[in-house]
Amino acid sequence: MTAMTDLSASAKPSRFSLLANPTRFLDLSGKVQPWLYGVALVAVAAGVFLGLTAPADYQQGATVEIMFIHVPFAWLAMMIWTVMSLSALGTLVWRHPLADVSIKAAAPIGAVFTALCLITGSIWGRPMWGTWWVWDARLTSVFVLFLMYLGLIALTRALEEPGKAARPAAILVLVGFVNIPIIKFSVDWWNTLHQPASVMRMGGPAMPAAYLTPLLVSAVGFTLLFFALHLTAMRTEILRRRVAALSRLAARRAEA
Amino acid sequence: MQAEYSAFIAAAYGISAVAILALFVWIFFDARAQRKALKGLEARGVRRRSDVAAPRNAESAR
Repeated sequence: MTAMTDLSASAKPSRFSLLANPTRFLDLSGKVQPWLYGVALVAVAAGVFLGLTAPADYQQGATVEIMFIHVPFAWLAMMIWTVMSLSALGTLVWRHPLADVSIKAAAPIGAVFTALCLITGSIWGRPMWGTWWVWDARLTSVFVLFLMYLGLIALTRALEEPGKAARPAAILVLVGFVNIPIIKFSVDWWNTLHQPASVMRMGGPAMPAAYLTPLLVSAVGFTLLFFALHLTAMRTEILRRRVAALSRLAARRAEA
Repeated sequence: MQAEYSAFIAAAYGISAVAILALFVWIFFDARAQRKALKGLEARGVRRRSDVAAPRNAESAR
């Protein structure tokens, strides 16, 4: 509240430009952060509990319980790349100072959730399909997404000066975004062992409430968990850049 | 029938829990390391230009 007073004297800046100020971002995100973690934890716990106590599927038996983590991880794998694509536009179009920070902070989190999507899917595939892995359209396109996350992590950490990798990273993210619709529609376009969409499809979800409710709660929980982790990682990245800038300043002063 | 699947289910949930916990721990310790480094620099009197103008701003006044 008190911090607002010094701003009200001048023309009121838009919310967008307010968030462009890293110091203000640190203030706001610091307040939001604990709530985000709290709600995420409650939702994940509720979703997993409802999922593990859901009745066994008539075809898949108890392995259907893997769905309540596998599907949210798959959703996150694609959503995080989409969040990074929006951030990439922020870098290339508006030169938003936090956009590059957002991409760099999101990449490792996206890589972990994509890896978990592949691992849980593989563990589910073994008893249901009789194989850990097939090189079909859905599995391969998600594996390519995982490799792109790794490439992006390498690129954002390759250059000493943090801002330098911003443009190439943003371009890589936007080019990689073509893979997202390919993943989504791979089950419709090609023959694959993977089942087609059963939640986000024309004609509404094809799933009984006993499965749909825990799945949605779990998906919301993991999504909030991503945003909480992303916020923390972004705050850290801002601090890291300040530390780097101040260290250079200190070195220059020592020379003078 | 349930018993032969329980190892698969436990593995899927277990690996996920360990991986997400490791991710959280890494992000947490990274955050702490950068906060410490910044405090250390400020304690040595290295400040950002915007903080030099208003030194009251710095939380790390020793």
